[in-house]
Amino acid sequence: MTTLPTHVHDLGMPGGGPIAAAIAQSVESHGPKQTELKAKDMKTDQEVRWCPGCGDYVILNAVQSFLPTLGIAREDMVIVSGIGCSSRFPYYLNTYGMHSIHGRASAIATGLAASRPDLSVWVVTGDGDALSIGGNHLIHALRRNVNMTILLFNNRIYGLTKGQYSPTSEVGKVTKSTPMGSIDAPFNPVSLALGADATFVGRAMDSDRKGLTEVLRQAAEHQGTALVEIYQNCNIFNDGAFDLLKEPATGTQWTIPLVQGEPLVFGPDGASCVVQDDFGGLRIAETNQVDPAEIVVHDAERENPAYAFALSRLSSQDLRYTPMGVFRSVQKPTYDAMMAEQLDVARAERAPDLDALLVGNDTWTVQ
Amino acid sequence: MTNTKPTLAVDPGAIAAPHASTGGLVKTVVELDRVVIRLAGDSGDGMQLTGNRFTSETASFGNDLSTLPNFPAEIRAPTGTLPGVSSFQLHFADHDIMTPGDAPDVLVVMNPAALKANLADLPGGGLLIADSDEFTPRNLAKVGYASNPLEDGSLEGWQLVSVPLTSMTLDALKDSGLGKKEAERSKNMFTLGLLSWMYHRPTEGTIRFLERTFRRKPEIAAANIAAFRAGFNYGDTTEAFAVSYEIKPAPMAPGRYRNISGNTALSLGLVAAGQRSGLPVFLGAYPITPASDILHELSKHKAFGVRTFQAEDEIAGIGAAIGASFGGALGITTTSGPGVSLKSEAIGLAVMTELPLVIVDVQRGGPSTGLPTKTEQSDLLQAMFGRNGEAPVPVIAPKSPGDCFDAAIEACRMALTYRTPVILLSDGYLANGAEPWAIPDVDTLPDLRVDFATAPNGEDGEFLPYLRDPETLARPWAVPGTAGMQHRIGGLEKADKTGNISYDPVNHDFMVRTRQAKIDGIAAGLPPTEVDDPDGDATVAVIGWGSTYGPIGAACRRIRRSGRSVAQIHLRHINPMPSDLGDVLRRYDRVVCPEMNLGQLAMLLRARYLIDIESHTQVRGLPFRAAELAAVLQDAIDSTHGAPLGADATGGAE
Repeated sequence: MTTLPTHVHDLGMPGGGPIAAAIAQSVESHGPKQTELKAKDMKTDQEVRWCPGCGDYVILNAVQSFLPTLGIAREDMVIVSGIGCSSRFPYYLNTYGMHSIHGRASAIATGLAASRPDLSVWVVTGDGDALSIGGNHLIHALRRNVNMTILLFNNRIYGLTKGQYSPTSEVGKVTKSTPMGSIDAPFNPVSLALGADATFVGRAMDSDRKGLTEVLRQAAEHQGTALVEIYQNCNIFNDGAFDLLKEPATGTQWTIPLVQGEPLVFGPDGASCVVQDDFGGLRIAETNQVDPAEIVVHDAERENPAYAFALSRLSSQDLRYTPMGVFRSVQKPTYDAMMAEQLDVARAERAPDLDALLVGNDTWTVQ
Repeated sequence: MTNTKPTLAVDPGAIAAPHASTGGLVKTVVELDRVVIRLAGDSGDGMQLTGNRFTSETASFGNDLSTLPNFPAEIRAPTGTLPGVSSFQLHFADHDIMTPGDAPDVLVVMNPAALKANLADLPGGGLLIADSDEFTPRNLAKVGYASNPLEDGSLEGWQLVSVPLTSMTLDALKDSGLGKKEAERSKNMFTLGLLSWMYHRPTEGTIRFLERTFRRKPEIAAANIAAFRAGFNYGDTTEAFAVSYEIKPAPMAPGRYRNISGNTALSLGLVAAGQRSGLPVFLGAYPITPASDILHELSKHKAFGVRTFQAEDEIAGIGAAIGASFGGALGITTTSGPGVSLKSEAIGLAVMTELPLVIVDVQRGGPSTGLPTKTEQSDLLQAMFGRNGEAPVPVIAPKSPGDCFDAAIEACRMALTYRTPVILLSDGYLANGAEPWAIPDVDTLPDLRVDFATAPNGEDGEFLPYLRDPETLARPWAVPGTAGMQHRIGGLEKADKTGNISYDPVNHDFMVRTRQAKIDGIAAGLPPTEVDDPDGDATVAVIGWGSTYGPIGAACRRIRRSGRSVAQIHLRHINPMPSDLGDVLRRYDRVVCPEMNLGQLAMLLRARYLIDIESHTQVRGLPFRAAELAAVLQDAIDSTHGAPLGADATGGAE
């Protein structure tokens, strides 16, 4: 058990300033930081208000069970969300949290994570929040590689506004705002994130607790911005959106599990596999039709995002051939660490002297 | 007395003395009490740099001064065209002055476009210096001159001095090894040298500046210094200029001074507020004219724990600042009017979450993209009301470039004390204008330390993030990392004390009124309204806010010199206004409110106090002229009393 988070000494002020002092004082009065936690420790007294049967419940339970395993004190975690059904998430976790405004969670979390590298910062967002109104903030957070984890709940519909199509809805989606079917092509969130050169991109299913927890674990351990797309069922406005992947009969057939270091073989009896195509991309093949040496071995740590991107393009709008797991996980310097380093370098070059700053280069004195 | 402005040659107070120059010519030195110089040229001619250097020389000499840079939004409009003209006006004096001057006494033009764009502002008899080399048939044709005005007699009404500035610069640099094009660039330094001679400016500062600026290109430094000296020596030896001028230092309060622009002063105020609060400063900003210089300046001060984040857009800039504030930083976002429009929803979030945040709006001409490089005060009502719902935000404004420092500290004080976003309304004129600034003693700056919440405040040992301080109505600020204080905030309506989501009608009514009461309550801690009425018998008051302080003050001086009385009130705090303001205004028969908008403060005052404020407005993208305001005030005073009370007040010096 640590008495103080390791980075608190460097919050940009000598000795950490009032922030470090407040934290130290709470440790003094509250006892050492509690890092051995259980799921119940993560719950709040707030009544969870999602529709009965919503996939968000499953994700919340998984996260409440998973967070205590990280060895991070509750007060050192911050959950920032935007607007939408998923964005109610912070109210149900006994950490610090902000339920902000539509689309801006990534931007708000960027400011927090950049100025407080000692915290574990999480963003909870949805397909409308992150990819429509907040698309700009998402891609820029990803390219900057600020140390935070973004959970993107993708239900392919607008739930809180009662059922309009979303930027991930399949073409032809009939909703209240598209009675003749939607006509705009959807985003593939994983492709989008990889296009922004995200250093960590994963995908998981709400109902697959084991798979979800594994992707979350890797995302949480990742230094930099991690994006996890979570397929989430909206049983009111888009029920069964992911049944193709959830039903045992079809799920095995159309899901490509991504396991680091393992060949990409899937389907009933491993009948299908992934091989390189003639254009540097990937394609699906029948396992018994190819030389085993041709089957691609999954490596999320490839520096070039082209491989992970090619993986993300295997699936189409109808969800056939959907890879699940970690697409990409590479190490690059984080924005917050580089920002803190520049502060250190500047301080080493010249100690802060407010009087000298105000005086500047050219002065004159009146007697 | 329609024009009592001193013209250079015939100033009644001038003391002329013969003076033997080094060139053996007998030259005359004329003493002036003030002068307004305008330098005008192409955007690429370096007029802003020349103006700034002349200003620095003038500041270090000890004159009081005020500047007005005026440049186009285009970085380099086509060379030699009217849209490409950039100018810099400097007013300096041996006494305390308040404006960059209504009109120049001296106009320096580097090409025909600069002449065409500025001549109308130069009063008859004024000194006009022109670079004759640039008055080529091609350049003349570009701006529609059928013949060369330097030669066709059309400038007879002014004291024209044609000087081949470009060719003399080239001549001075013929051994420098620089090509023609490169050498020509130094003509602004030649001009600066000439002006430095004319006005007896100290030259060491400029030489040091050139050495510092071009330390990695010593040949460029040497060329500029050579051109600068050549210009000075030309003035000293030529027969074209028989007179040079002396403007004695202005008496100023003892202390250390520097020359400072509004954006620099504002930036330093923010750094100082960080130091005085002990909090790390976090600036989230997106580049926008005329606010970008604050981002640039703060980016230099990382050693002070200042983090600057150049965001992907205006919304991310404020969003990141809010996130940083939640983490315990002094969150700041800087922008101009269009950026405030984009930030509106996020400002509302800061209102709802009651986090400290400073929003700096360096106003420019609007609406929409408007006039990016010109000044205006038209964002006041946006700052007051430009959000959904009842979202009160304190609004304050600096009155001069140097005052931007104090205003920045005051904005931070209010944000930290009351846990609220605060809007600081600067403008393009303050941002780029400069004046001497008495450097404050760091120890005299306000103590801005805050108390973060570290222990539960509820009766059952729980933390109540919306349990307020009874005096300030501020809520506790508990930062992540503090054990036992975990809480959730957000944009949904909060239940009193707990901060939990609440849709309860009575609670909403209570919280809306409480947020308003918190902001209104700031007035209780503000000093009483300052009224400047030296005669004590004024029946007409003039009230303003922001950068109009200088022109209004200069107009008031003219009014008083003419034998009339006028009371000047200038608001620092616009929301909330000082508690006594209504009573103060009611003392006067008439209250005039000049603004660079269509009457926004006047509207607020009328609504709040039911006083028939007389609005005087102008939206030309330029500051008011003192003479114009003096005429408005004189008319208000004389018409109140039925007959003129004194001499004409519109002319004369400040």
